[in-house]
Amino acid sequence: MIPLEHVILLSAVLFGIGTVGVLIRRNLIAIFMSIELMLNAGNLAFVGFARQYAGDGAHAVVLFIVVLAAVEAAVGFAIVVAMFRNRGTVNADEVNLMKG
Amino acid sequence: MADSLHWIPLLPLLGALFCATVGRLLPKICSGVVAVLAVGFAAAVAFGSAWHVHEHGAIVSRMGDWIAVGPLKIGIDLAMDPLSAVMCAVVTGVGFLIHVYSLGYMAHDAGYRRYFAFLNLFTFNMLVLVLAKNLPLLFVGWEGVGLCSYLLIGFWFEDPAKASAGKKAFIVNRIGDAAFVMGMLLLFWTQVQATGVTGGSLDFSDLQEKRSLFETTSWGGWTVGTVAALLLFVGACGKSAQLPLYVWLPDAMAGPTPVSALIHAATMVTAGVYMIVRMNFLYTGAPAAMAVVAWVGASTALFAALIAITQTDIKKVLAYSTISQLGYMFLAVGVGAFSSGIFHLTTHAFFKGLLFLGAGSVIHAMSGEQDIRKMGGLYRMLPYTCCTFFVGAAAIAGFPLLSGFFSKDEILWAAWQSPRGGPALLVLGGLTAALTAFYMFRCAALAFLGASRASEEVRHHLHESPPSMVLPLLLLAVLSVVGGALGLPHALGATNFMGHFLEPVIVSPVEIPHPHTALAELGWMGAASAVALAGMGFALWLYPRKLALAESWAGSWRRLHALSSNKFYVDELYLLFVVLPLRAFSFVCWKIGDGLMIDGAGVHGIAGAVKGGGNATTSLQTGNVQHSAILLWAGGAVVLGAFLWLGGFA
Repeated sequence: MIPLEHVILLSAVLFGIGTVGVLIRRNLIAIFMSIELMLNAGNLAFVGFARQYAGDGAHAVVLFIVVLAAVEAAVGFAIVVAMFRNRGTVNADEVNLMKG
Repeated sequence: MADSLHWIPLLPLLGALFCATVGRLLPKICSGVVAVLAVGFAAAVAFGSAWHVHEHGAIVSRMGDWIAVGPLKIGIDLAMDPLSAVMCAVVTGVGFLIHVYSLGYMAHDAGYRRYFAFLNLFTFNMLVLVLAKNLPLLFVGWEGVGLCSYLLIGFWFEDPAKASAGKKAFIVNRIGDAAFVMGMLLLFWTQVQATGVTGGSLDFSDLQEKRSLFETTSWGGWTVGTVAALLLFVGACGKSAQLPLYVWLPDAMAGPTPVSALIHAATMVTAGVYMIVRMNFLYTGAPAAMAVVAWVGASTALFAALIAITQTDIKKVLAYSTISQLGYMFLAVGVGAFSSGIFHLTTHAFFKGLLFLGAGSVIHAMSGEQDIRKMGGLYRMLPYTCCTFFVGAAAIAGFPLLSGFFSKDEILWAAWQSPRGGPALLVLGGLTAALTAFYMFRCAALAFLGASRASEEVRHHLHESPPSMVLPLLLLAVLSVVGGALGLPHALGATNFMGHFLEPVIVSPVEIPHPHTALAELGWMGAASAVALAGMGFALWLYPRKLALAESWAGSWRRLHALSSNKFYVDELYLLFVVLPLRAFSFVCWKIGDGLMIDGAGVHGIAGAVKGGGNATTSLQTGNVQHSAILLWAGGAVVLGAFLWLGGFA
């Protein structure tokens, strides 16, 4: 059986890659993919813990996060499409109307 | 008549309210007529009440409590005793004539309704002042007339000079009023100290009963009576334009001329004299304060007369003459001749009211010109004004048997013979009398006699005033002639009506010896006439025919002439020693206190700090969503790190 430490380590690595992706990628699509990565890193940790401690609640949370990720993707991509139509770009650093 | 006392002040108040509210919707003549009628009816009630006082004694009317705090009770109490009766008669009688005169004088003024509202309001306050039964209520009237004086001096407020003349009057009066309040509080406080908190009262009758308390209690080396009398006198100096607080009165001539006649000659400025006679029980027990009153009065009389002889503005001559005559009244009350002071107050109201109204008639005819050097020869075009003006001038100069002659005579006699008086006061008074005769006839001769020195255009418009203005002149002229009958001396086989009438009010009179024989009294009167006639004769000899001679004299005594015509540079001295230091202090307060501290550090400082902080940190907001994400991440990392470092869940 794969020890819990490995699962957690993998989850942490995936979360780190996702975080770096969100912070450094300019393309909004890539940022979304990174966010998905972070969400699923969380899922992995939940599943790992669930298997180790035989709890059912964590499975429910995982299912909930999957749905949430789908919803988030639907709204997020709608925003990206709207932004592309209006401004002709999907680069995050070209959109700075909130600059102080 | 005994129960209608409150109507005397209320009628003018209602008149003022009418002019200020309903009158604005009606044709303007309604306001004028209502104002005149209000004062007229008040005069009728006042004369009726005065008659009642004469026959049956004082009337008291309580209209309820004004201030009731614990044991302190100050009522809205009016009382008419002989002194108030005389004052009411003067205020409503002369006031009525001046109201009538104003109908003509102000007929073409845009502020007609406002004018009559103020004039009625003034009459109301003046009547409260003279009818009040306690000091605080008197002070209400005292401040009220001051307010109306301010409003009417600055009546033509579009002219900054006139508006600031009003402010000057108001501010100078505040100095005196501050002292007045302190005197009032001192009297109250002394009673509380002596008899406990329930013992304090400022009712005149109570104060009178407790006069021995004020004479025996000591306060800083003097008696309370002396200190309070002096403080109240400082208030009187402000209101009645005495040295050194007289400077506002000449400037007050900026107001309409009937206002100068009513407020700044006949009634309001005599309030100080009235107050001292009202408080005579306090003053007779304070000889030092009385000496101050007498000397300030005599000095003011001479000082103002010296200024008046070189003034060229007809109203300024009359203004300084008023200050001088008020000095006479203070001289009278200062030596203990209280009834003589009130007698002169009354005759002065007649002839000075007349002179001011006459001056108003001249100014009206001369299209606003007030410089007597540009008048001359007006007797041809203004016969009534001319005759009545000369009557007034003769009366104030002390022409034998006219009203001013008798009242001034009494004062000079008292200044000499009173135990509180002396030869020095007589000399000051006598010199003033001679100067008065001179400057009044200089003014009258320059204005009315000789050839005209007016421009062609002004001469073309010359006209006698309408009947509403001439009639009051004639009535006041008659009063100026026969007013002396109120106080005929014993030598002429009469009893001094004013003296006897006021006797109940004068609680502890100063005994002034009468002349021993009728011959001595006649001789005294002869001497007084000689002084007056000398002054008049000299003025009429010099003006207007020998104008060149007068000017050459002025040239040879240039320094003295400049001193007088520049009013002894008193305004400049005030500017140097009071106004400029005060202004410098205010400037420092403005720049450092207000500008640097309140505005700078306070208001703008806080706002600036917030704004600067915002500007500095606004660059953190790049609008880039990833920068926000980094901050979010870093924040989360810090919180998490701190949480673990502090021990986590354990």
